[in-house]
Amino acid sequence: MDYFIQQLINGLSLGAIYGLIAIGYTMVYGIIGMINFAHGEIYMIGAFVALITFLAMGALGITWVPLALVVMLAASMLFTSVYGWAVERIAYRPLRSSPRLAPLISAIGMSIFLQNYMQLLQGARSKPLQPILPGNLTLMDGAVSVSYVRLATILITLVLMVGFTMLISRTSLGRAQRACEQDKKMAGLLGVNVDRIISLTFVMGAALAAVAGMMVLLIYGVIDFYIGFLAGVKSFTAAVLGGVGSLPGAMLGGVVIGLIEAFWSGYVGSEWKDVATFTLLVLVLIFRPTGLLGRPEIEKV
Amino acid sequence: MSVTEMTETPLLTVEHLTMRFGGLVANNDVSFVARTGEITALIGPNGAGKTTLFNCVTGFYTPTVGRLSLRHPDGREFLLERMPGYRIAQSGVARTFQNIRLFGGMSVLENLIVAQHNKLMDASGFAIAGLFGLPTYAKAEKAALELAKYWLERVRLTEFADWEAGNLPYGAQRRLEIARAMCTEPVLLCLDEPAAGLNPRESGELAEILTFIRDARNPNGHRTGVLLIEHDMSVVMRISDHVVVLDYGRKISDGDPTSVKNDPAVIRAYLGEDEDAELPPEVAGDLPASVVHPAPKEI
Repeated sequence: MDYFIQQLINGLSLGAIYGLIAIGYTMVYGIIGMINFAHGEIYMIGAFVALITFLAMGALGITWVPLALVVMLAASMLFTSVYGWAVERIAYRPLRSSPRLAPLISAIGMSIFLQNYMQLLQGARSKPLQPILPGNLTLMDGAVSVSYVRLATILITLVLMVGFTMLISRTSLGRAQRACEQDKKMAGLLGVNVDRIISLTFVMGAALAAVAGMMVLLIYGVIDFYIGFLAGVKSFTAAVLGGVGSLPGAMLGGVVIGLIEAFWSGYVGSEWKDVATFTLLVLVLIFRPTGLLGRPEIEKV
Repeated sequence: MSVTEMTETPLLTVEHLTMRFGGLVANNDVSFVARTGEITALIGPNGAGKTTLFNCVTGFYTPTVGRLSLRHPDGREFLLERMPGYRIAQSGVARTFQNIRLFGGMSVLENLIVAQHNKLMDASGFAIAGLFGLPTYAKAEKAALELAKYWLERVRLTEFADWEAGNLPYGAQRRLEIARAMCTEPVLLCLDEPAAGLNPRESGELAEILTFIRDARNPNGHRTGVLLIEHDMSVVMRISDHVVVLDYGRKISDGDPTSVKNDPAVIRAYLGEDEDAELPPEVAGDLPASVVHPAPKEI
């Protein structure tokens, strides 16, 4: 039982991270109908920006941990948003009216470019970070121990989710976004600046991915230029599992995948956890292609 | 409203509009004026270029030649042929489509509030204020809600406010589209076949709504001119003040409904060339005069 709870918490924190990235996939798919394959790299950049910010603050002599964390989070979200915005502006917007395959290829190109860009800038070696937030919360007489970082990940994700849901459902930006999702042309005719809404979608997705990047940096303490690939593919799986285009679906998909990975690692063996995840992707695509919470696409006749 | 006031306010001026698609000339040198306080109907047989003209006015197409100017009641003037679609919308032109294009997955009320996006965006400072519920945004949202309710009332959809727009009956969806267009507070409302698919009772309600829009001041104090494409002649003749007839991309007639209805060019376009008129004089001479020179037919 202790072990189960331990894995449950590990899985939830991992799932939170996948969910945060998956939202970026799902939102972009919802609004322009393409899979942004460079999104995993955006998350990787988020992790790097967080690391660089931390080291820069260390050099400046700022060592108070809460401040360091807040600045890291803010800087990471800010700079990564700019990357997200630029990727859309450079690689996707000029291809907006091309056949659907063109932006897809452009996205793959962008992904490779960003990986190599980071490798050139930061080197190919893994970058370690000493634990900033050490310590564990022990539960059940020490049988279950949860690191504060994992706890913080779950909490921050919850807060972001609530804020984000409010943003989408309550504000005019969210309404315009949903409107663009359904009919961009009509939204434009009602005075919505569709290009700007699309840009903001990329910015929001990138900001959430940056949070995920920073959390991974804090939990595992090591990052490299290649982490975006696997995390990206798994988060994409999460988005598909939840139903691409659905925000709660992305979050749910992330959590499901996180839990599967954690339990598989815990009970079967960690070497096969990716197989478990991707088997799930295949099964979902075969039996429920619209995902858990996705709406079936109704063909207009 | 006096006649002089009507003639003094050209709202939309279309001058020498030509739209070519490769070798196809969809609109050829069309000029006309639509005024505030009038319902201007654009009619013509299928393929006459009505929708193309609409698309030019609303920014879907950039005309090959010609000038489209929109003059606001406050004197501001916009050259529509040079503006992208969303800017045209912001400058006060709203339109609906032949097929219904509501945001089906959103509620009726939300459809009307999306239409007020710009106002809300200005008030909310990129949604930040909206997220934290700051007073400026709350106030703007309240005003947006008021306007939405006003138009819901007008198109008799108040009790459906929380429905998903896609679940409304067809006639109600049509009315909602008009309400949504009006929520952008336009000075010119362009309707592409608003009566298509409506039963007689529904098109009667539509006529009522359109005359209301023509005659009443909007909550913001402005009035809205109406430009519509319509095939349902009973609707056109009943409500329009000014009819422009297109055929093969050209304007063939322009005037009040009665004079247009009796215009031989219009009759020819709708009913075809009168074959008897082509008869050589020696044959025609043998026929009764009523056949050679038939009285104008009712459309």
